[in-house]
Amino acid sequence: MNAQTRIDINVAERHPRQKLVVVGNGMAGCRAVEEILARDAGRYSVTILGAEPRVNYNRIMLSPVLAGEKTFEDIVINDTAWYADNGIALVTGDPVVAIDRAGKRVTTRSGHLQPYDKLILATGSDPFIIPVPGNDLAGVVTFRDLDDVDRMLKAAERGGDAVVIGGGLLGLEAAHGLALRGMTVTVVHLMPTLMERQLDEAAGWLLRQELERRGHTILTGANTRAILGSDGHVAAVELEDGRRIPADIVVMAAGIRPSIALARNAGITCERGIVVDDNMVTSDPSVLAVGECVQHRGLCYGLVAPLWDMCRALAGYLTDSPAPYQGSVTSTKLKVSGIDLFSAGDFASGEGCEDIVMRDAARGVYKRLVLKDDRIIGTVLYGDTADGNWYFELLRKGEDVAALRAGLIFGQAFANGSALADPNAAVAALSDDAEICGCNGVSKGQVVGCINSGAHSLDAVRAGCKASASCGSCTPLVESLLALTLGGAVESGPKTLCKCTSFTHDDVRRLIMERQLKHLPQVMQELHWSTPDGCSTCRPALNYYLLCAWPGEYVDDQASRFVNERLHANIQKDGTYSVVPRMWGGITNPRELRAIADVVEKYNAPMVKVTGGQRIDIFGIRKEDLPAVWADLNAAGMVSGHAYGKALRTVKTCVGSDWCRFGTQDSTGLGVKIEKMTWGSWMPHKFKIAVSGCPRNCAEATIKDFGVVCVDSGYELHIGGNGGIKVRVTDLLCKVATEKEALDMCAAFIQLYREDAHYLERTAPWVARRGLDWVKAQLLDDPDAVTRLARRFRYSQSFSQNDPWAARVAGERRDLHAHLAEVRPMQLEDAQ
Amino acid sequence: MIGKWLDIGPTTQIEPGSARTLPVFGGEEIAVFHTVRGEFYALVNKCPHKAGPLSQGIIHGDSVTCPLHNWRISLRTGEALGEDKGCTPTIPLKIDGGRIFLLREAVVA
Repeated sequence: MNAQTRIDINVAERHPRQKLVVVGNGMAGCRAVEEILARDAGRYSVTILGAEPRVNYNRIMLSPVLAGEKTFEDIVINDTAWYADNGIALVTGDPVVAIDRAGKRVTTRSGHLQPYDKLILATGSDPFIIPVPGNDLAGVVTFRDLDDVDRMLKAAERGGDAVVIGGGLLGLEAAHGLALRGMTVTVVHLMPTLMERQLDEAAGWLLRQELERRGHTILTGANTRAILGSDGHVAAVELEDGRRIPADIVVMAAGIRPSIALARNAGITCERGIVVDDNMVTSDPSVLAVGECVQHRGLCYGLVAPLWDMCRALAGYLTDSPAPYQGSVTSTKLKVSGIDLFSAGDFASGEGCEDIVMRDAARGVYKRLVLKDDRIIGTVLYGDTADGNWYFELLRKGEDVAALRAGLIFGQAFANGSALADPNAAVAALSDDAEICGCNGVSKGQVVGCINSGAHSLDAVRAGCKASASCGSCTPLVESLLALTLGGAVESGPKTLCKCTSFTHDDVRRLIMERQLKHLPQVMQELHWSTPDGCSTCRPALNYYLLCAWPGEYVDDQASRFVNERLHANIQKDGTYSVVPRMWGGITNPRELRAIADVVEKYNAPMVKVTGGQRIDIFGIRKEDLPAVWADLNAAGMVSGHAYGKALRTVKTCVGSDWCRFGTQDSTGLGVKIEKMTWGSWMPHKFKIAVSGCPRNCAEATIKDFGVVCVDSGYELHIGGNGGIKVRVTDLLCKVATEKEALDMCAAFIQLYREDAHYLERTAPWVARRGLDWVKAQLLDDPDAVTRLARRFRYSQSFSQNDPWAARVAGERRDLHAHLAEVRPMQLEDAQ
Repeated sequence: MIGKWLDIGPTTQIEPGSARTLPVFGGEEIAVFHTVRGEFYALVNKCPHKAGPLSQGIIHGDSVTCPLHNWRISLRTGEALGEDKGCTPTIPLKIDGGRIFLLREAVVA
């Protein structure tokens, strides 16, 4: 091998210098030349052809230039002297327009012909211009080069409104710069999470909060429909939902595309980027490519670090010392002053991955490490990025971190100090005055004292001395101290909501109120969730708790709803749905029955069944047909029966005093009134009501969540019954004299249940857990309690009594019902 | 000329945290998932347990919980997670220019 190499060099020395032409005077092109010069300075005569009319500068530093933190001179990498000193011919402001591969020469726009022996394409990338009307108006700019920055600065001089389309790295940096230059900035982002390629939901939420605090308006999940102009200049951005945002300038930062037109027109193999091998050679052996324009092993990169690696590989190959490029692991930092954010590797937890998450709500810190086979494969850090580089090194080197694991999330300083076989040993070695809980300033001595005075569980320690009661980051330390102090006598705490949290249902509900938590990601952050976006247990629970806590304010998260509540029908074992229209108090009429019969025939429903709750259930409806079925039922005056929801299901009645010779009161009438009052309400679990007209109790009111048994002197109100797996007969709550009192007590009881029970806890186990006396005390001790609870219930109902079927019929969330498309074989072509 | 990849439309037609379905004439229905943090996956729309429609499950991280019996299925590998055993076929998917592409041979296999 060595002999071979030597021969090549000798050949090169004997011949005149080879002509190396670089298309692109950007960071990749110049770096490639630098790397080649460093290896074999005399080998090539180099010509660089640049499209921009200036020397090479550090493009990633354009953001600080926009923000006014740096000047153009600060970010120049190679000044004119560098080109001269190294004998490089630089042609600027004259882009290459064609490659003649057979003749081995390139043509520039001015008609200049440049012959080459080796050609390097470093054409970089182009900003993606979203294809909407008005994207060519004056005042619509991209954020790619110095000219763009100049355009933005010019616009900013006049002040006004800026809209940045794209909430990725580039968009947010543009927004930051424009805001510092005095503009009012709105960021319009298609995805629900800012920088979703680099951040998970939790970190994205923290970032959003900080940007909003700085006065940016952040619109996520926002799709731009058009850019509106006036006199040829941009005036506003119109979103898909019709909102219009005034704009004096619009910055397109919706992503970049490898710039491949030149290569593709020359017949060089391109996919998303210019396809290169590990030596950065394209499908033409004389043409190489490097930087953002290339596609290597299926990947295109839009960050700077891979570019350095690529340039090394390319230079190695061109100087006969190949060092093939193996692809890059990338990391990202946001260049917005005051916001510390770091992301690297793969952090969408996959098979066999484990998450280590630490949240410090008080400091606004979120740290997440993703481990696989005892190696770090990804990390997201927000608020405290001090250890970003250390984690990134461990990640890049693929180091086994098993030994560091216990203290890994606390950073390099901590982990190296505690890298002992037993994590408790490190804690044991701490002095008594060592601080354990930074949030509450609790020392090791105080924690141990607290444990010795009887706090034998984590919760007891939290209650006793406040250690680990705030951010929770010291929880492992406190647990170690419990283990050290008590040996094996640590008491395990009450059951947590799910594996994502150490808090119980009660804790979570209380903290949502106390801390005014109003968004799902906010709850997860403030309460130190150990997973990035929860699980199928906690998402629906949190969604319900927020919905209950903030009626009219919290926006229901459909992605956190079980399928039945998302599709407003009951999924069956074959994947079809059953549909139950509401029949108030179990009363129906010919018109409704006809409509149901018609639906059954029209959609070939294989079964119709009368339910236990006095309703009619239509089986076998496909999800695509649901809106049409509902439209037909709506047309006959019927609304959703909520047979699918953790909600008020049915109010079952008997015929009462109208017909029955034993009836004492109008049980059907009261049943209908109760159903009209309670329908549509979301609950911790399903909720069934019945009203019986006499103690014979034909409506089976004493196995319902709330049951009314009419007697001559009034109404007996029963609670906490269940006819399910474990039958439980109701407890008598009280007796009232009037329908109004019965209705108020019903509303108050439901609200108490809604506000207190755990998600998925029926009233029967809830009453059993809380005790009948407690329930009675809440409702009956304070004469105003019923009024207050009933008022809260009715307020909440004012937002929930909209027929969800009608909304779907009107076209809401059509995506949940329609297929994406259908795939059919191309039969027509076969026939020809 | 039939391309290797089948374009099934823009990414915007699937809301984050949800999935949509793609019936295949003479083949298995496919579920295309869009996770909360913005990744896309495609699987046969059948739980390995009792063939429940995975497209209708709650999506969290990169797994989905089947709506029928709460099996948790990895969107990356199609494997059942936790104690359960079973696997749903995955369909190679790529995103290009804001559009979703499925590997044609896997769709019409």
